[in-house]
Amino acid sequence: MLRQASRLISRSATAASSKSVTARAFSTELPSTIDSTFVESWKKVAPNMDPPQTPSSFMKPRPSTASSIPTKLTVNFVLPYASELSGKEVDMVIIPATTGQMGVLPGHVPTIAELKPGIMSVHEGTDIKKYFVSSGFAFLHANSVADIIAVEAVPLENIDASQVQKGLAEFTQKLASASTDLEKAEAQIGVEVHSAMNAALSG
Amino acid sequence: MASSAAVPFWRAAGMTYITYSNICANLVRKCLKEPYKAESMNREKVHFSLSKWADGKPQKPVLRSDAPEVF
Repeated sequence: MLRQASRLISRSATAASSKSVTARAFSTELPSTIDSTFVESWKKVAPNMDPPQTPSSFMKPRPSTASSIPTKLTVNFVLPYASELSGKEVDMVIIPATTGQMGVLPGHVPTIAELKPGIMSVHEGTDIKKYFVSSGFAFLHANSVADIIAVEAVPLENIDASQVQKGLAEFTQKLASASTDLEKAEAQIGVEVHSAMNAALSG
Repeated sequence: MASSAAVPFWRAAGMTYITYSNICANLVRKCLKEPYKAESMNREKVHFSLSKWADGKPQKPVLRSDAPEVF
């Protein structure tokens, strides 16, 4: 059994070294994270094996920020069941952040924004596409890529105004009659979502 | 030290973000016009069986399903 050990070790070492030769192509950014004392003590103990890789050597380096602001914003808009927009280049998106409607242009400062129920609009030239978003997050990266994720997003035409009015009345009434904290919170959520839909339809 | 940033009302009431987000999504789905509403309800159907374990054996499973019974 041990007669095979050196063959197996050198086979895994060659496999590891061929893997690490390709992995090293990415490590131009990583010399500072390689711990040289660790590598030296490793080589003393196991000279035939390559030092183990760390997670950071497998990660792609963070995309570099362009020196000049790009002209277009790349938007990835995804839902749990579909990818609405994937790598689409647009001029601007307006997202319904909890802090208010936020306009995102290329070169926007990197931000993570939590979204509230509201309208998200994607502006491309003179084309404006609006969606009603139920809630989600928007990640704006330094390289003018915007990742917007929502649980539900529907075009405004698909919303039924009469049901919105009914829902609003129902939840306003529930809010008035709610007793426990949780009931109040649920009724409050209902009122917020329905008023947002109402405002979206009439705005 | 006073408590950090003001919490949203749902967090103060003991609700998690996922619960909040799912409630919002359900409310929006309920207000859709007809063909879209049926599609979304179809899409969101769940079927799962949950059993608690005691003494290394599963107890009676709880079945939660939106799928119609197949008999």
